[in-house]
Amino acid sequence: MSPATYAFGIVAAVLALIAIIELMRRGTLRERHAVWWFVGGLLSLIIAVFPQTLTWTAKALGIAVPTNLVFFVAIGLLFLVSLQYGAELTRVEAKLRALAERAAFHEHRLEELEKRPEPRHGQPQDSTDGFDE
Amino acid sequence: MRPVDHSVLVVIPALNEEESVADVVRDVRLGIPSARCLVVDDGSSDRTGERARAAGASVLTLPYNLGVGGAMRAGFRFARSNGFSIVVQVDADGQHDPAAILQLIEGLSSADLMIGARFAGVGDYGVRGPRRWAMRALAALMSNVARTRLTDVTSGFKAAGPRAVALFADNFPAEYLGDTIEALVIAARAGLTIRQLPVAMRKRQAGTPSHHPIKAAAYLTRACAAFALAMIRPRARLETRS
Repeated sequence: MSPATYAFGIVAAVLALIAIIELMRRGTLRERHAVWWFVGGLLSLIIAVFPQTLTWTAKALGIAVPTNLVFFVAIGLLFLVSLQYGAELTRVEAKLRALAERAAFHEHRLEELEKRPEPRHGQPQDSTDGFDE
Repeated sequence: MRPVDHSVLVVIPALNEEESVADVVRDVRLGIPSARCLVVDDGSSDRTGERARAAGASVLTLPYNLGVGGAMRAGFRFARSNGFSIVVQVDADGQHDPAAILQLIEGLSSADLMIGARFAGVGDYGVRGPRRWAMRALAALMSNVARTRLTDVTSGFKAAGPRAVALFADNFPAEYLGDTIEALVIAARAGLTIRQLPVAMRKRQAGTPSHHPIKAAAYLTRACAAFALAMIRPRARLETRS
């Protein structure tokens, strides 16, 4: 491996890590969404600095071409990230539904309150109690 | 116009604490009758909200669980929009002694943020082994940032003065460990004074802290990551609204 290739690998890995940390720093990326990207960035940095680790691990796992291990791990990470996004999306949808229901309940309650002719005594009980997500 | 002693808001974030929340509310109202007691029901599936309301607290019901950070953020925003200048955070599990609230508030005359510290010599708080070391290491780090000696940075028993309330209403973090570590870092870096007050803890009414070494290590790692991230984040500014 030429020194240029070696340096290129390290620079690319460091750039990726800087991008991830900068996004976290600005609050654009939440910690829990950054975990797998961060792990990927760290792994590529390790492999870029110590290429022997890659050949050694590939040999230990019985993989003939070490690059295939890189592809395997990369695809695995992408798989995990998209799986996490799917799960997160489902959670967000559930929360959104809960909020929409809550908004509808409040609107209904306001209408009921507006219909009342005389000034009321004592606050009515919160009708959204026992509300389930 | 609000009388001065009416401007204390006691915020109690509660998740499924129907057993203890009513007692905590009652103790708080006895301990400091002039304060308003706000229970933030953090998506409980039991009767926490109902019990708290029956005990005389105002209840803010969150539509789903937001975590302690999210609940406290709601509490600080409530305080700002309703003109409370002091916010005291008390856990709903009954481990904090409401009698110490007044002492915390008195401490606010010389500080912006008072922490009720569990390890500072009063009472016995049963955390031992790796988790305790993890908490000590964190305390050492935080003491450095806050430029004062802190021994318990993960305490959920805190009082925030007017400057801290103004800061937290805009910047309270809702991340994991945000309500403890990151909140303190934000306050310290914004130039607020942080002091601690040794307080005795009562027995937790339910649940025991874990002492597993691997869990403690994971906790310390996450806490240090949260701390490091909080340190490199852009500094929060204290807006002075007149």
